[in-house]
Amino acid sequence: MKKLTAAMVAVAGVAFATSASAATLDDVKAKGHIQCGVSQGLPGFSNADDAGKWTGLDVDLCRAVAAAVFGDANAVKFTPLSAKQRFTAIASGEVDILSRNTTWTMTRDTQLGLNFAGVNYYDGQGMMVPTSLGVTSATELDGANICTNTGTTTELNITDFFRANGMSFNLVAFEKADEVVAAYDAGRCDVYTTDRSGLAAQRGKLTAPDAHMVLSEIISKEPLGPVVRQGDDQWFNIVRWSLNAMINAEEMGITSENVNATQYNDVTPNVARLVGKEGNFGEELGLSNDWAYNIISQVGNYAESYEANVTPLGLARGVNALWSDGGILYAAPIR
Amino acid sequence: MQQSSLKSIIYDARLRGYFYQVFILGCLAFGLWWLIDNTVTNLADRGKTVGFGFLTENAGFQISSTLGTWLFDYKVGQSSYLDVYFIGIANTFLVAVLGIAGATVLGFTVGIMRLSKNFIIRSFATVYIELLRNIPLLLQLFFWYFAVLRALPSKRDKIEIIPDVVAMNITGLYLPAPVIEPGFIYSVIAFVFAIIITLVMKSWAQKRQFETGQRFPVLWTALGLIIGLTMLTFWITGSPMNWSYPEFKMTGAILRRGFQSGSGMVLVPEMLAVWLALTLYTAAFIAEIVRAGILAVAKGQTEAAYSIGMRPGMTLRLIIIPQALRVIIPPLTSQYLNLTKNSSLAVAIAYPELVSIFAGTALNQVGKEIEMIFMMMMVYLTFSVATAAFMNWFNARVKLVER
Repeated sequence: MKKLTAAMVAVAGVAFATSASAATLDDVKAKGHIQCGVSQGLPGFSNADDAGKWTGLDVDLCRAVAAAVFGDANAVKFTPLSAKQRFTAIASGEVDILSRNTTWTMTRDTQLGLNFAGVNYYDGQGMMVPTSLGVTSATELDGANICTNTGTTTELNITDFFRANGMSFNLVAFEKADEVVAAYDAGRCDVYTTDRSGLAAQRGKLTAPDAHMVLSEIISKEPLGPVVRQGDDQWFNIVRWSLNAMINAEEMGITSENVNATQYNDVTPNVARLVGKEGNFGEELGLSNDWAYNIISQVGNYAESYEANVTPLGLARGVNALWSDGGILYAAPIR
Repeated sequence: MQQSSLKSIIYDARLRGYFYQVFILGCLAFGLWWLIDNTVTNLADRGKTVGFGFLTENAGFQISSTLGTWLFDYKVGQSSYLDVYFIGIANTFLVAVLGIAGATVLGFTVGIMRLSKNFIIRSFATVYIELLRNIPLLLQLFFWYFAVLRALPSKRDKIEIIPDVVAMNITGLYLPAPVIEPGFIYSVIAFVFAIIITLVMKSWAQKRQFETGQRFPVLWTALGLIIGLTMLTFWITGSPMNWSYPEFKMTGAILRRGFQSGSGMVLVPEMLAVWLALTLYTAAFIAEIVRAGILAVAKGQTEAAYSIGMRPGMTLRLIIIPQALRVIIPPLTSQYLNLTKNSSLAVAIAYPELVSIFAGTALNQVGKEIEMIFMMMMVYLTFSVATAAFMNWFNARVKLVER
C-alpha cells in the first residue's frame, strides 16, 4: 500500500503543481538547495554510507550542479527512488534532477515529458550466473529462471535477447535491487541480469561473490545520464554543461588540485574559458562566471569522480575513457 | 416597504439555505475545474498527452508464469497492455480469494481455540494472535518469502510430498495439471444438474419434516447423487480428462535439470509466500473478531441449550454461532477488504499482481500515470464494493429478525 500511496501522491503532485514551476533555477535558488533523485543504494553510483553521506558518480553530478548554482557542492538533498518511482518523481517536481543510473531511450525522451541532459556513464546489460551452472555463453541459457528488478529497460532487453535467440525463460521481477540480490543468492534464479555496472556493484552483497561469474555478452546499449523536466531549457543547459565541464576539465588536465593555480598562472585560452577567466559563459547560463571553477575545485573532474567511485568496483574505464584515450566520452567544447 | 422586503429576503431561512448550497456547489465545481485544468495544462507543458490508446499497444516484457498468464495466454510481443492489465487483475483476484478462504478457516479455528478450556490450546491461540497481528505485514511477507526460499531444496533437487505427483523445490510447488478433452463438458453439466436436484430435494425434505416430523437423510443422498452422477457421466463419456504430471530430470546439462516447463502445474514461491502471509496475518484479526462474537452471546443461551440436553458441539453449531455471526459479519467484511488491498504489497516479492506489472513495469514503459493509476484504483474499488455488497447481503440474511 505504501507504494500505491506514493504513486497517488505523485499523481496529486501533477494535479496541484502550478505551471509556475517552469523556471527550476529560480525555484532551486529560492529553497537554497537542489533536490536530487538517486538510487536506493548502488555502490559506485549513488550509495549512502553509515553516516548518511551519499557518494557515487551520479551523486557527484548533482554536487557539481550545486557547486555551479550555489558555489557550494553540499547544497544538495537526496531522495532515494526505486526504478518505478523515479520518472513520476521528476515529472511531478519532487526532485529537480534525476541522477539515478537511468538509461536514455527514445520512448523516455519522447513520451515521458523528460529530457536527458547527457551521458555520464556508458553501460550495457550483462548477466551473472553461478559458476557451478557450467554455462559459458548467454546463448546456453534456454529455460533459465532470471531475476531482475521492475520498472527498468532490463526487463525489455532480456525479453528481446531471449526472443531473438528463440529461447524461453521465466522472469522474476522484484521492486528493489536488494530483494533481487537476496533471491538470486538464495538460488531462486539461475541468472541475475542488470547493467554491468550494477552487477559489479551488487556482486559484493552475495554470500560467495567468487562463486559467480559475469557472462561476456553485453546484450544492450545503456547510456546512463541525468534527467530533467522538459520545457525548462535553462535548467537543462545548466545540468548538461555541468557534466560537460567535468569531462572537459579531465581532457584539459585540470583537477581539483591544480584548478586553484589557474587563477593566477597563465593558462591556455580553453582553460581560461573553462575556469571563467575569459568570456561570459557562466552568466549566459544564469550563473556566476566561476561556475565551472567551483565544480572542479569542489567535486573534481570526471576522472577524479570515476576513480573515487567506480574504479573500486573493479570496472576499468573501457568505453568510458575520453575519446582521446580510445573511449567514447566526448564533451562539446566550452566556447 | 421596499427596505423591509429586502430584509425579509436576507433573513429568509429557506432562501439563505439555497444560497449556501449553490455557493458550496459552485466552489466544488470550481475546485474540480481548477484541478482538472491544472493537470491538463501541466501535462501539456511537459509534452504529455492524455488517453487510453496505449492499451492496444504490444507489451514487450516477460511475465512470470502464473494463473493470469495462463488464463490470458500471454505471449511477449503479441499480447497488449490491456492483457497485462487483465493478468494483473487475475493474479490479484487469485491471492485475494485464496487469502480470504484461508484466513476465514484459520481465523475461526484460532478464535474458537482462544476460548478453549484447555490451557495449552488457549495459550497457543493467544500467542499466535499477539505475534502475528503486531508485526507489520510487509516484514512478514519478506520473512515468509525468504524463509521459504532458504528452506527449500535447490532447483536441481526436490522434496516429494506425494511421490511423482506433488513435489516442491525453490522454483515452486509442482502439482499435476488437468488436461481437458472434448466431452468433459457433459460431466460438468451432470455435476450442476446433481446440485440442482439436491437443492430441490432439500426443500422437499424440509417441508416433509415440518409436516410429518419424519427426517430424510439429505446429506448422504446428496453426496451420492453429486459424486455418483458426475462420476458415472465421466465414465460413460470415456474419461475425457487426463493429468499431466510434473516431469523431473536429474541428468543432462546442469541448467536443464530440475522440473521441466510445460509439464504439470507450478505454484511459484512468490504466490505461496503472499498467500501464506496474507492468510496468517488476517487470520489473527479474524480470530479476535470471532472470539468477540462468541462472547457477545449471552451465557444464558448456552445454559438453556444444555438444559434441553444439547451436547457442547451441537450447542456451538446450532445456538452460539448463528447468534455470534450477527456480531462477526460487519467487522469481518472490513478484514476481507483489508486483505484484498494488502495484496498490493506482493509487488515487493515479485508476485506479478496488478501493482507490480501494470502500475510498475507497464507504467514505466508507457508513462501514463494518471490513466493507469485511475484504472488500478477502479479495480480495487470494484473488488471492495463487490465484497462489501456480498457481505451486506449475507449480513441481512443472518441478522436478528425482529418480530
